[in-house]
Amino acid sequence: MISTERIPNNVDLADNKRLQRALEHWQPKYLEWWRDMGPEGFQNHHQVYLRTATSVDSDGWAHFEFVKLPEYRWGIFLAEPEPNRTIGFGDSFGKPVWHEVPGEFRNQLRRLIVTQGDTEPASVEQQRQLGAKCPSLYDLRNLFQVNVEEGRHLWAMVYLLHSYFGRDGRDEAEELLLRTSGNQDKPRILEAFNEPIDNWLDFFMFTMFTDRDGKSQLMSLSESSLDPLARTTRFMLTEEAHHMFVGETGISRILERTCQLMKESKGLAEDVRRQGGIDLEMIQRHLNFWFSRSLDLHGSEVSSNAASYFANGLKGRAREETYEDHQITDAVFDMEVYEDGRLFQHEVPMRNAMNEVLRDWYVGDCLAGVERWNKILEQYGLSDRLYLPDKKFSRGIGIFSGFYFDPKGNSVSLEEWERRRGDWLPVQADKEYLKSIMVEPIYEPGVFANYIAPPRRGINRMPLDFKYVRTEA
Amino acid sequence: MAQDFSDREVQFETHPDRYRHWKLTFDGPMATLSMDVQEDGGLLTNYKLKLNSYDLSVDIELADAIQRIRFEHPEVHSVVVTSLKERVFCAGANIFMLGSSPHDFKVNFCKFTNETRLAIEDASQCSGLKFLAAINGICAGGGYELALACDEIVLVDDGNSAVSLPEAPLLGVLPGTGGLTRLVDKRKVRRDIADFFSTLVEGVRGKRAVEWRFVDALYARSRFDEAVSQRAADLAASSDRPSSGPGVTLGPLEVTRSGDRFEYSTVTVEINRMKRTADLTVRGPDGPQPSDAKAMLALGDQYWPLRAFRELDAALLHLRLNEPEIGIVVLKTQGDREAVLAIDRTLASHRDHWLAREILHFMKRTLKRLDLTAKSFIALIEPGSCFAGSLLELALAADQSFMLDDPDQPTAIAMSVLNGGALPMSTGLTRLQTRFLGEPDKVETLLAIGEAIEPHVALQTGLVSFTPDELDWDDEIRLMLEGRTSLSPDALTGLEANLRFAGPETLETKIFGRLSAWQNWIFQRPNAVGERGALKTYGVEGRPEFDWRRT
Repeated sequence: MISTERIPNNVDLADNKRLQRALEHWQPKYLEWWRDMGPEGFQNHHQVYLRTATSVDSDGWAHFEFVKLPEYRWGIFLAEPEPNRTIGFGDSFGKPVWHEVPGEFRNQLRRLIVTQGDTEPASVEQQRQLGAKCPSLYDLRNLFQVNVEEGRHLWAMVYLLHSYFGRDGRDEAEELLLRTSGNQDKPRILEAFNEPIDNWLDFFMFTMFTDRDGKSQLMSLSESSLDPLARTTRFMLTEEAHHMFVGETGISRILERTCQLMKESKGLAEDVRRQGGIDLEMIQRHLNFWFSRSLDLHGSEVSSNAASYFANGLKGRAREETYEDHQITDAVFDMEVYEDGRLFQHEVPMRNAMNEVLRDWYVGDCLAGVERWNKILEQYGLSDRLYLPDKKFSRGIGIFSGFYFDPKGNSVSLEEWERRRGDWLPVQADKEYLKSIMVEPIYEPGVFANYIAPPRRGINRMPLDFKYVRTEA
Repeated sequence: MAQDFSDREVQFETHPDRYRHWKLTFDGPMATLSMDVQEDGGLLTNYKLKLNSYDLSVDIELADAIQRIRFEHPEVHSVVVTSLKERVFCAGANIFMLGSSPHDFKVNFCKFTNETRLAIEDASQCSGLKFLAAINGICAGGGYELALACDEIVLVDDGNSAVSLPEAPLLGVLPGTGGLTRLVDKRKVRRDIADFFSTLVEGVRGKRAVEWRFVDALYARSRFDEAVSQRAADLAASSDRPSSGPGVTLGPLEVTRSGDRFEYSTVTVEINRMKRTADLTVRGPDGPQPSDAKAMLALGDQYWPLRAFRELDAALLHLRLNEPEIGIVVLKTQGDREAVLAIDRTLASHRDHWLAREILHFMKRTLKRLDLTAKSFIALIEPGSCFAGSLLELALAADQSFMLDDPDQPTAIAMSVLNGGALPMSTGLTRLQTRFLGEPDKVETLLAIGEAIEPHVALQTGLVSFTPDELDWDDEIRLMLEGRTSLSPDALTGLEANLRFAGPETLETKIFGRLSAWQNWIFQRPNAVGERGALKTYGVEGRPEFDWRRT
């Protein structure tokens, strides 16, 4: 039986027979998936100090307790409704928002929700082996917090599928548990979610850059004319912020440690490494990789799907209210394109450039984070700086894929690319080195791995040496 | 940059060495045709062929590949049609190409793609060359219609790949490349399920796709390649094609062009732009001809019937696509009737040999191409002509035929065994049967006529339309041509398409007569191509605006 106590919610689950019936079928499969594909080695004997959302008001979503991972109370929450909300963009601008899925957009909406939903469990799967390499209990706890919330985000998308898409929605909800990251037969939908993340540098970069793409997507979906989708994603954004906090501060702490090691030595990469730290070049290579890959997740520069999502009011721009024109029927976007070996500006109808508009917003958001990182380098009196590579660098999707650009955005030959890619992107030796410094997990309270500095403060005002993850007898 | 098709001539000849969109590979009795469409490789540059979507340039290569497998690789017994793109089989015809094409081009594009899919089925039914669609990614619209033309369809079971016909809900048009017809007529999908499926953008995947007969089997990604090979091998085993070659290489066609005159080795096309007519002349065989299969093989693509019908086919395609304003094609022949009849006898007596079989079916397909060409065909049977046997089919295919009745210049036509069934129309009937639908017994009598048929007999039996004498001939022909070219081209196309195909319905006639006709009507309607029509707004300007009145 579905218990509304075990499933905190603000969607009136106790009286919603249809949702109850759907969840009765789905929840056991979800738990089975979590046990099989969730954090490896931390299912049965560990209690984790986790935040559980119990309501959407300010203290309700910050309730902390020790919980065994499979017993986490995954809930269903929508942000509070905005009375008399109207459609904020597209052809139906100004009309009342929808409280049911309009039949004509059923398929497009379903595809958006399924694609978003698919990434949530995928990242849990990708990260499942990180627990055995953690740099501290504090970080281990953060990993699990991210994981359970990605799980809750899956619940959020499944709630929409179950409530608004009938039988097809139930089938899709089930498929979300059948596809798995990297599975040869049933892989996750987006390619970036099919490779394991097996070191903590990648994990922090992923939460910084790829979860920020999640933020981009959630921002644009939170503008949707489908009110339940807008409200669901708005609440998800509050949790997503924590994931990016984990990523950004994770890299900050690595940088801080690197700076300390550079100060102690002559500041050469080899010296940092000899002392077990992660040198700046290696950090930059990983930044390059995850940033360009996350740019890909925003889709093609010129996209008929994006145009149609905007026109139909399904997916808007991040912070749509900050724009003046919400219909943009005649506007154009001045886009950089590459054809016949040269770069030039080309006008594209604005609606078709929506992916690029969102990507630019994303780049700005990332840039602010990178600037904060550089502050640390500055504080340590170092002249080195991290930077975001050009949007054209190392792209696998869109108009620049199949061509070669250096991180500054200059076109290079294939030979040049092959010769220098090891300077620009992570190489096998990086992977092996990172593996070597993460062999031993650190489970002792208050102790941090040599390559990372402690955080400024603990979770929920707890001390740094608090036992965030405890083992049961 | 605005571009259209009017300033650009479409070339139909190609070769595997020059393919841009397909890869053709061979492994013993199995061939694989892999789709890998180059985004920038389309006929025009104002659209990109994303996700293995196709335009005419992609289909021209497909048609060429099928034709070459039949002639150049008799040892191939089954063909796997698949994709080299990751997680994409084929997204169907390119929407932006369709949206920006003029009506006549769209219609000719659809016609050619339909003929190519029918050529796949013809290869299976008539030549024992079996096709397996190995759907290894998303498969939408024309992509699924291509699969429907194959003998078997297998789908990868990856939780994502689906087959779909989203034309109606997404684009406001029909799956017009045989899709609707093959669902219910060929795969025998229940009509309510087909109706549901055809209004569903996302299509059907997994077990449901098998239960509802949209595909024959599902395989996991890890087992897919192996299962496809096994099924292709099983299909190959059911073939009656020879176990080894050599085949016949189809060399490039030689053509000399001077102004509006095209000179092939056996076919001449002469365009009269002022009159909007073209004379198409086929020359009969010359000199000694093979009488056995070995000699036939040795001559290869130079063997007269193969050469002449390849040239005729090329001429018809050129006229269709590149000469839209030429409304009447005057069919003529030149040569020795007896020589044509001898060729027919040789082909008929060797019809169990793979090459003779392929040549006969190719002649059949070319004549069908003529039946389906939206131009008026008028046959002029004059002295020195050789409307005999297989070439008599040209006169029988024509909308009207004129035979000169001049005692000083005797003119005759003749029957061969090939008029009795080897070259059927898309209805399944021969042109003689169609012509004499009201007098079925007459067909046998006519086929039994051994000797040449003089004008008065031809007129009396109804084998020709009119037999003006030498005094009237020039005026009669001139008046007829001038009168006809002044009529509405649309009315003529509709009239001819209705009169040519008397008799029973088949999958083919339904595709060309019902599906295409409705599609061509929809293609003209504001709901599809108006300013806010579905085909125009797709992907650019949001939702279409419809005129809600049902007609």
